[in-house]
Amino acid sequence: MPKDSGIGVASKRREDFRFLTGRGKYTDDVALQGQLYAVMVRSEVAHGKIKKIDTEAISEMPGVRAVFTGEDFSEVGGNPAGWLINSRDGTPMREPKRPVLAHGKVRHVGDAYAAVVAETLQQAKDAAEKLAESAVIEELPAIVDMAGAISDSENRVHDEIDDNLCFDWGWIEDNREVVDKALTSSPHVTTLQLVNNRLVPNAVEPRSSIGEYDPGTGEYKLTTTSQNPHLTRLLICAFVLGIPEHKLTVVAPDVGGGFGSKIYHYGEEALVLAAARKLGRPVRWTADRSESFLSDAHGRDHLTTIEVGSTMDGEILAIRTSTLANVGAYLSNFSTVTPTFLHGTLMAGPYKVPHVYVNLKAVFTNTAPVDAYRGAGRPEATYSLERAIDKLSRELNLDPIEVRKKNLLTPDQFPYTSPVGLIYDIGNYQNTLDKAIELADLKNFESRVKKSKSNGKLRGLGLSTWIEACGIAPSNLVGQLGARVGLYDAATVRVSATGTIQVMTGAHSHGQGHETAFAQLVASKLGVAEDAVEIVHGDTSKIPFGMGSYGSRSLAVCGSAMDRAVDKIIEKGKKIAAHMLEADEIDITFENGNFTVNGTDKSKSFGEVAFSAYVPHNYPLETLEPGLEETAFYDPNNFTYPAGAYLCEVEVDPDTGKVTICSFTCADDFGNVINPMIVDGQVHGGVAQGIGQALTEQTVYNEEGQLLTASYMDYTMPRADDLPFLKVDHSCQTPCTHNPLGVKGCGEAGAIGSPPAVVNAVVDALNRGGHAVTHIDMPLSPHRVWQAMQG
Amino acid sequence: MYNFDFTRPSTIKEAVAAIGAGGQALSGGQTLIPTMKARLAMPETLVSLTGIQEMKGICTNDAGQICIGAATTHAEVAHEVAKSYPALSDLAGHIGDPAVRNRGTIGGSLANNDPSACYPSAVLGSGAIVKTNSREIAADDFFQGMFTTALEEGEIITEVKFPVPQKANYQKFVQPASRFALVGVFVAKFADGVRVAVTGASGEGVFRWTEAEVALSKDFSAATLDGMAAPSADGMISDLHGTGAYRAHLVKVMTARAVVAA
Repeated sequence: MPKDSGIGVASKRREDFRFLTGRGKYTDDVALQGQLYAVMVRSEVAHGKIKKIDTEAISEMPGVRAVFTGEDFSEVGGNPAGWLINSRDGTPMREPKRPVLAHGKVRHVGDAYAAVVAETLQQAKDAAEKLAESAVIEELPAIVDMAGAISDSENRVHDEIDDNLCFDWGWIEDNREVVDKALTSSPHVTTLQLVNNRLVPNAVEPRSSIGEYDPGTGEYKLTTTSQNPHLTRLLICAFVLGIPEHKLTVVAPDVGGGFGSKIYHYGEEALVLAAARKLGRPVRWTADRSESFLSDAHGRDHLTTIEVGSTMDGEILAIRTSTLANVGAYLSNFSTVTPTFLHGTLMAGPYKVPHVYVNLKAVFTNTAPVDAYRGAGRPEATYSLERAIDKLSRELNLDPIEVRKKNLLTPDQFPYTSPVGLIYDIGNYQNTLDKAIELADLKNFESRVKKSKSNGKLRGLGLSTWIEACGIAPSNLVGQLGARVGLYDAATVRVSATGTIQVMTGAHSHGQGHETAFAQLVASKLGVAEDAVEIVHGDTSKIPFGMGSYGSRSLAVCGSAMDRAVDKIIEKGKKIAAHMLEADEIDITFENGNFTVNGTDKSKSFGEVAFSAYVPHNYPLETLEPGLEETAFYDPNNFTYPAGAYLCEVEVDPDTGKVTICSFTCADDFGNVINPMIVDGQVHGGVAQGIGQALTEQTVYNEEGQLLTASYMDYTMPRADDLPFLKVDHSCQTPCTHNPLGVKGCGEAGAIGSPPAVVNAVVDALNRGGHAVTHIDMPLSPHRVWQAMQG
Repeated sequence: MYNFDFTRPSTIKEAVAAIGAGGQALSGGQTLIPTMKARLAMPETLVSLTGIQEMKGICTNDAGQICIGAATTHAEVAHEVAKSYPALSDLAGHIGDPAVRNRGTIGGSLANNDPSACYPSAVLGSGAIVKTNSREIAADDFFQGMFTTALEEGEIITEVKFPVPQKANYQKFVQPASRFALVGVFVAKFADGVRVAVTGASGEGVFRWTEAEVALSKDFSAATLDGMAAPSADGMISDLHGTGAYRAHLVKVMTARAVVAA
């Protein structure tokens, strides 16, 4: 009989009932007595000097209660970058202040330079519009193109940075010459220049924040759309507004998607808090969709040249990449680590490559800030590598599957120290590749090519074998590398007198199904019903501490903290049970929810022990405190390394250039799996976003720095009918060796592995159709594919 | 959105009077309402045309023309002409999404004359007649460039009369984001000749591809088009989603597909 609860079971997502019946409670659903509405006044030009903001002009307008400008925040701190990167020459990155509201200059279209607070939203909008009309902003030349930006000392995004360069990073700098030599002596070198297209995150729920201040106690509360409420609190308190940390509660209630864009602290959060303090009333702000396009941190935006040296039979000898990474107008919190340590360290992929060197220049431009977006650096690395290997295979007339097989690390080579500094603990990349080939029915591919041809279509096959690093850690190592935060996580397990359980986790669920998966984890370990376990997240007043959810870390890091806290509960429970059973603690075994004296039928249930902990009538009070609540902090000693193989089959319509994805197969190794249905869903979502990047999503700023794709009329989100039925498999499992759950993380995999598989498939289709196309930059819109076919 | 007054007359006469007094006609609101929400339009008074019974519904007149009230929604057209004019039904059934089709109207679409809208190609391709509160306008005279029509100030469309061709088909290649027509081609074969109307492609809005009409009138087959050049790319829209040359190329591809499917 199949298991109906516990680890490995596809328990239905308990949170879906409230989501699907309209009972989710999002930030904008929170209604407060006396609330006021804030509207941000955003720059319409990409770059300009603020000459005059006439706040008097609107102060008498109906309902207006306050107007804020950059001047009001000139005394408070800036929103910092979370990671210090040093350039190749050892100098620290340039880190201009990112103010709450733009001060002196506006630096991108959508940069907020004022905020209006009024009794109603309409009044605030009316006043904001009037303020914008009367503001005098002297337009300056926009800096949009990255290559142009770093060769231009006249036009500066930040006046103090003469070449618009944030840093020039080399990884690993000491290996540079060796890699250069290895490439020079390689029998074959493939070179490819590619764009990793900028993406707008487009969470279903726009950003929203509500600030409250209680003059009676001096306490603040921020309700906000965050993946990471503790980090937001830390940034606001320690860096921006200087509120004592114990006086600020940050609550992130139900959050409708983030994909990275809601990890970060944004100026609007500080604004609503400052306004609430000034006015003594709650102040709320919710972005409209246009504001989301203009002001959410965007993703990707790399321009890379990759060179891969190999033997003539496809053995990779060396890899060198040179990248320009757009960080936009300001450094968002993770913008400096994303293109460096989350990108350069993955450039060896799942392959045994002796020599790898990565150079990356981060460039300021007059565009929205760019930061981590689903995958964060790893999709960029994977795309460069997997496209280049495909090109290499084509140039050497080798089967791209065979070239990968030749270079993949083998199971006996783990743990493996890569030339870019990571230690892969475990994996079996051949297994996932073989599984993908089997599931994709590759043996009948040629007959499908013929069938497509008879329908006037060009069919192609694309592969990517990918690896990522999840659950970024350990804290002492990342600290040495420049991180300004720790990367552990925490959990509290609170057992009630009746044996039900609350678990407070530092993870934050904004679509991932944590309330279900974590409950499965805890319930199965304690041998109680899943319904007896409640997961509490997203509230700094309830949770000990946490670093939030991103980088596929929730289960591997936060779940491991939870596992340790449960261990402590069991340990204490054994002591209580030993007393109750008049036995020695070492003779007690805990199994299936019962504490049993070894070799006897004497036992106490978990519920009985919990009750005794809170009604300690028969309890070892001399040696043990009452109560049953434990907290654990967990700091992993390594990343986890999920990996997999993705196979994509496409048809191209040669008359129009339109690409149709016929099939998409994912064979992933996520280590142990708690809830396979949720994992399937994570892969589905990730692949949908990866296909979106590959085929549809295009973010275009024109020369004046205007965002041309600022609405769904021009920004193409992938839709259901753009996607095939996905074959998803995660039966190949090599459990992580260094966390207690043996789990690796699955949230980003789909978005990492899929773009190169799609592009490789389209290039293959075109070549099979007689078009000698070597590369097309994403997104592969019908127009771009058609143009490539015109030669 | 700014504040506005709202009236909902029940006769054409009242509507014309209200619009004459400075009101802005509102039909399905699929263009006007989003524009107002973005604060890009600020009409003082909206005059809803959705309460006028004489502007709704579909019938066939003595001349065999299908007469569609201007305030009839796309969904109603898609449903009701499925047998009598399948190509028109198919076109209406693929405009926007269900929400758009249940609100948007044929009169609203034609009065707006968006260069990427579907309906203008059916009206021009069918040689339909646009009836207003004061006159009848032939399709060839009605469309006068992007967002421009023969309608006078204060004049409203009340009905559209479609002659029914022997064969017809509409092929739309969608702009990937908006899913409006990047290029849409309506081909209609009548006893006295073929009409080919193209939407989405030209900066001047919907137009007739006369070279294809001449060729197809002689031989209504896709093969006829094989040897023909695509229409000139001059004047074609060039934007993020496709150059003028791409659109010109698609006009030919979509025309051929429409001929095959008709």
